[in-house]
Amino acid sequence: MSKKVTLPLNDEVLKDLKAGDNLLLTGVIYVARDAAHKRMVEALDQGKTLPFDIKGATVYYMGPSPARSGRVIGSAGPTTSGRMDAYAPRLIAQGLKGMIGKGLRSQAVKDAMVKHKAVYLGAIGGAGAVISKSIKKAEVVAYEELGAEALRRLEVADFPVTVINDIYGGNLYEEGKAKYQVKAP
Amino acid sequence: MREIKASDITNTVARLFEHSCHYLPPDVVIALKQAKEKEKSPVCRDVLDRILENANIAGKEQIPLCQDTGAAVVMLELGQEVHITGGDLYTAVNEGVRQGYDKGYLRKSIVNGPCFARVNTKDNTPAMIHTDIVPGDRLKISVLPKGGGSENCSRLTALSPSQGRQGVIDFVVNLVSEVGSNPCPPVIIGVGIGGTTDKTMFIAKKALLRKVGEPSPDPEVANLEKEILEKVNNLGIGAMGYGGTVTALAVHVETFPCHIASMPVAVNMQCWCSRHEEAIL
Ligand code: SF4
Repeated sequence: MSKKVTLPLNDEVLKDLKAGDNLLLTGVIYVARDAAHKRMVEALDQGKTLPFDIKGATVYYMGPSPARSGRVIGSAGPTTSGRMDAYAPRLIAQGLKGMIGKGLRSQAVKDAMVKHKAVYLGAIGGAGAVISKSIKKAEVVAYEELGAEALRRLEVADFPVTVINDIYGGNLYEEGKAKYQVKAP
Repeated sequence: MREIKASDITNTVARLFEHSCHYLPPDVVIALKQAKEKEKSPVCRDVLDRILENANIAGKEQIPLCQDTGAAVVMLELGQEVHITGGDLYTAVNEGVRQGYDKGYLRKSIVNGPCFARVNTKDNTPAMIHTDIVPGDRLKISVLPKGGGSENCSRLTALSPSQGRQGVIDFVVNLVSEVGSNPCPPVIIGVGIGGTTDKTMFIAKKALLRKVGEPSPDPEVANLEKEILEKVNNLGIGAMGYGGTVTALAVHVETFPCHIASMPVAVNMQCWCSRHEEAIL
């Protein structure tokens, strides 16, 4: 069973989310990967504002394939989140509430999620075709010259994700593994 | 001497990349369906369902299976009786990559200056080309669009010969455990043992072209594949790392003779989205 969640996320919604929950997200998410993260953190370093309001925002780690004409977007699955670990705690401290990606996070990111109340949501890696069906609108909002790595704003409806890290320190990767691990005799 | 036109090579490479990014090889689909039957975790069975649904949609609606349509790896087996006319081989291959990635709406993911400016080459070239010269008058072209997420989980090590078979098992299993959900499990694990380190990684990658789960013809190697697979699946990582009993679809081991002082081992990690295709001209 999936829980329907309307974005933006807030502390009221986040307190009911637990590692392992399946969610269907509806609302606005921002897309950024390596190069866009580097630029955002550089902007913060220089005391500049970010290209979007990060308070309560959800960021999707993704770099789409080009859209065929008449389509909203191309294939649009998650990229490996760990490469954004160097930047994520900064953004979480600024008010980022949700991150969507795949793969392991660093301890610093996990600590920041508990401290500032934010969640990490997993999307299915490689399932970019089926995921693209839940994206209703896409536009580049900054760093257009980065191509596939540009910062995008998406409107999504029933976008499927699974809670990996919740605000209580719950971690699906660890809990799931512990459940199915076969210890050597 | 048999003549092959450079333009035929270009067209073939273009078609192979475009097609392989939209259609999973049938053996991979079968392996995923079998994984679903074996998987004990309902969460991971759901993930596998989505993955199979994705494969269906990708072909039908011409949306790439995964947005990461990879670095363009091309393996050539060039018959020594072949004469290429109307251009040179590598230019023809790179032109095929350029056209295939453009026409197929595939993502261009190659940057120049890897530790400097990292400027996108905008056409996904250069291809990573490996050529074997073989007897005969044919050209076999295998393409393997290789995603960054799984490639980043590949590793090369120089074990001491004293570490033996057990050393290989420990190296592979520890790596899979360490990278967890990063390479988009269930994975296919290419393992190279022996050679010199360049050769070791190459045979590990080449092992990915094998039909998923087809055992090595060498019983000793097949046995090792089986043991590693069992140990990897005992880790409990499961599809997308959500916890489950199928972490890998297959382990393919290739070996090569090596120096008396050496025992290099390489893992080339492949995601479930194992795209590859070949043609013979
Ligand atoms: S590891 Fe494979 S399936 Fe996962 S995002 Fe990369 S290319 Fe796609």
